[in-house]
Parts: sequence; structure tokens; C-alpha cells
Amino acid sequence: MENARHWRLRRQRYALVGEVCPHCEEKIFPPRDICPECGEEARDLFEFSGRGQVYSFTKVSDAPTGYEESAPYAIALVQLDEGPMVTAQLTDINDEQLRVGMPVEMVTRKLRSDGERGMLVYGYKFRSAVPAQAA
Amino acid sequence: MSEDNRVNSNDVWIVGVGLTPVGEHWEKSLREIALEAIAAALAEAPGLSPQALYVANTLAPALSGQSQLGSLLADFAGLRGVEAMTIEAAGASGGAALRQAYLALKAGAFDVALVVGLEKVTDQAGPALQAALATATDADYEAVQGITPTAQAALIMRRYLHESGAPADALAGFSLVAHANAVGNPYAMFRRAIKPEDYSRAGMVSEPVNMYDAAPVADGAAALILARSSALPPAGPLPAVRVAGSSLAIAAVALHDRRDPLVLEAANHSANQAYRQAGVTADDIDVFELHDPFSIYAALSLEAAGFASRGQGWRLAQDGEITRQGRIPVTTLGGSKARGDTGGATGVYQVAEVTLQLQGRAGPSQVEGARIGMAQCLGGSGGTAATHILVRVDPA
Repeated sequence: MENARHWRLRRQRYALVGEVCPHCEEKIFPPRDICPECGEEARDLFEFSGRGQVYSFTKVSDAPTGYEESAPYAIALVQLDEGPMVTAQLTDINDEQLRVGMPVEMVTRKLRSDGERGMLVYGYKFRSAVPAQAA
Repeated sequence: MSEDNRVNSNDVWIVGVGLTPVGEHWEKSLREIALEAIAAALAEAPGLSPQALYVANTLAPALSGQSQLGSLLADFAGLRGVEAMTIEAAGASGGAALRQAYLALKAGAFDVALVVGLEKVTDQAGPALQAALATATDADYEAVQGITPTAQAALIMRRYLHESGAPADALAGFSLVAHANAVGNPYAMFRRAIKPEDYSRAGMVSEPVNMYDAAPVADGAAALILARSSALPPAGPLPAVRVAGSSLAIAAVALHDRRDPLVLEAANHSANQAYRQAGVTADDIDVFELHDPFSIYAALSLEAAGFASRGQGWRLAQDGEITRQGRIPVTTLGGSKARGDTGGATGVYQVAEVTLQLQGRAGPSQVEGARIGMAQCLGGSGGTAATHILVRVDPA
């Protein structure tokens, strides 16, 4: 079981909490306590807005253990408005909507499940920030 | 030795290579594949006894439930008494293990060292294999999202095509050349040329990565014997091959943590350091065994090593410059695409193949007159890169 491992990451997973560098103002996600930009110590917490745009995307059909039931799923590199990029699944999006540059926003969803008795891992995914056209 | 112009006492030489066919070896275990490669390499260096063994492997703990490959293989190979360990850097493990052997010999700790790269992947398939392959990513921030190496290559490739404006089949040439070069390689998994229409009709694995952009993950092992000048055997019929440059560099493991996901920063630093050590430039390289687990990495590797500018590497595959007769021949014995992708063993296969090219032993895949060769392997999406430059030294 990996309960503690996922519990430790709750702030990042549920609220996109990273850091801001007190020296150069760089916004940092995931948190790493050392600013990747200026190399100084950076421990001030910073909650990201969850808004960003798709830098690139694809679909996974040959999924790893724990992800089979969601396959095929769309996955993307999302450039957050504040600067950092994250790897995340896209959700509630039709294939036809997918494009580089599309605006997206963070939501919390189930990421992984390990069978009936296994743990469920929740975390961030991203959905279109532009309301879908009424069908 | 000193009388046959093979220079400096502190030089490191490749004095034996051992290759095994890459494929689905249902009948052979992890250790059997490795021992076959070790035996083949030792047979090329009669009279030399390795004092250290460096094993390159990344998937044995996850897929075979086996760690401590250093002692396991040294014991079963009859090399009890040597120093032995595993070096792990995902797909760059082979280059990283070779580098450790090189450093130990340079330091004078040993006179002869053995490097073996091995992977046994076909005992697992489907989700378990994908999960094992995904251990090369950042587990907490990439793998947890259900990403796989294939999907990462697709993310890079889509953005690359988007930014460069290259056509959908821009990378086809990498696959075509790799397959054509593997035809004459007895150790290659797919010894079959493919046509441009095979590429354009291929099914998608993870769009825009199609079946011919993705290398087949397979079993295999390759081994190298390295020696200091003091242990170099008397000149024989084959030209000697000296390790003229050895370098390992790193970048962020996570693709999203790189300043520019379309630049292989580690590969760039590693290649530049190796060029400097060897006293050569990209123009001097006759053969470049780059790492192509997915065709996009071939384009990015050419850019990182200075053969093309950012976003232009794909053009070399269109213009015939990467064929064996071209300006910079790559994947000359099939690369990961057609030789087969042996994960952490890749770097050892590459260096063995460059050695064969420099010694004129590459058979139908021979690059005529090859004198200086380079091998570079990548860990994951480029978090590690190890580069080696080899130079042929002819007897005086």
C-alpha cells in the first residue's frame, strides 16, 4: 500500500500548491524548495490558479497498471498561466475539441484505481476552460 | 604497445565486443542472455581477465524481481573475485556503465574491465510492462497521471511538428533508414526494409506516434571488454579502437520541468563535452549511433549534437544525409527501431556497433572508411544522456 506516499502529496494533488521564490519571484511547481531559476532557497507556498493552456497532447490506449479502466485517455503538457508546465490528463473534452493552445482549467478527479480493495488516487486533471457549444 | 604508435599509457581501449540477437527470447532467462554476451566478448580478448564488471540494466527489479545483477552475473560467469555492480540511468544505463568502467580504468584502479548491458522484458506484457517502462518518468508528477514513454514521445512529436511546420511524415526517413540498415545485421530483430507507404499507412500507437515511429521493446544483451594501454594485446589483424571521449550529462527527469521540452539539453551538454575531450567537432564524426526509441528522439538528438539547428533535424532524414553514404550516417545497424529497443542495454549495443564500424566488421551495413564514431544514449525523455566518441587507431 502506498497510502502515505499519496497523502504526503495532497496539497499539490488537490490544490496545485507550489512555491514562489522570494528572491526572483519565479513560480515553482512541483515544489522543490530550491528555485530552478536563481538557485536560491524558495519555500514560500503559492497556490496556482489552475488555469493554463495545452502545450501538447496525445492519447494513451496502452495504459499502465492502475489506469486500464480509464483508457483510452487524453494526456497533455499544460502550461500554467503563472509559468510552470505540468503533465496531466485532460477530462470532459471531446477529441474534436483537442488542439495545441486550447485554454484549460484544473479539476479534481480520480487518477488511479487498484482493484476493488485497492486505494483510489485522486488528483488534478484539466478540462476545457471554454464552455462546449450547446449540442 | 608503445612500439605500435598506440600512444599514451593512460588511454582506454575497446578490446572485445559481444553481441546477442535482439528479440523475444522465450527460451532464455535474464542471466542466460547476459552470459552469452559476456562469453562472446571474452572470446575476443583471449588472455585478458576483467577485474571489474559494470552491469547496465533498468528493468530487472520491476520485471524479473531481481536486483544485485553485478554479483549474480559475475558469479555465474565464473568471475568471482571481481568488483561488480549495476549502473542504472534508464535508457542511458549502457552509456553510464561504460563511463564508470572508463573512469575506473583512467584512474588506474583496474587494467581490464567488462561492461554488459542487458534487458529481459518479454516475461511481462501489457499494463505491467507499461508501468515498468514508466518508472523512467517522475513517479510523483508524471507516472501518477498515467503517462508512458510512448505518450511522452507523442507529446514532444506533436509540439515539434506544430512548431516546425514539418509535414506529418517528416520523421519517416528515420524509420526507413533504420530498417534498411538492419537488413545486414545478424543481431537485429527486424531485418526487413520498409517502404514510405508502409510508414504512411501505419496505425497510430499514440497519435502522432505511429507503429513505425516506435521501436519494439525486446530482450537482448551486449558486452564490451575495455583495457588500459598497459593491458592492450599486441596488434592483431583488427585496428585498435580507443575511447577518445566519454561524457554523461543530466537534465530534469520530468519533461514538464525542462525549459524547452523540444531541446535535449543533457544530450547537447554531453555531446559537447565529448567533442572537447576527443578534440573533434560534429563535422569529424563518420558514424553516429543515436538513440531512437521513438523517431522524434532521432531528430532531437541530431539537433542536440550540432548536426542541425532547433526544429530542423527532420530535414536530414528527408535529404538522405543520414544514410550510410550520407553526411552523417545514423542507426547504421538498425538502431532501436530495427535492431530492437533493449532499454538499459542500448548504450552497450551502440558502442559495440560503432566498434564494428571502425574495425570494418559491419558487413553489409559497413560505412566505408569510418574512422571516428559517436554513440549517445538517452534516459527516459532525455533526463540523462551519455556520449562516447571512439577513434580507430591503425598500426604504424
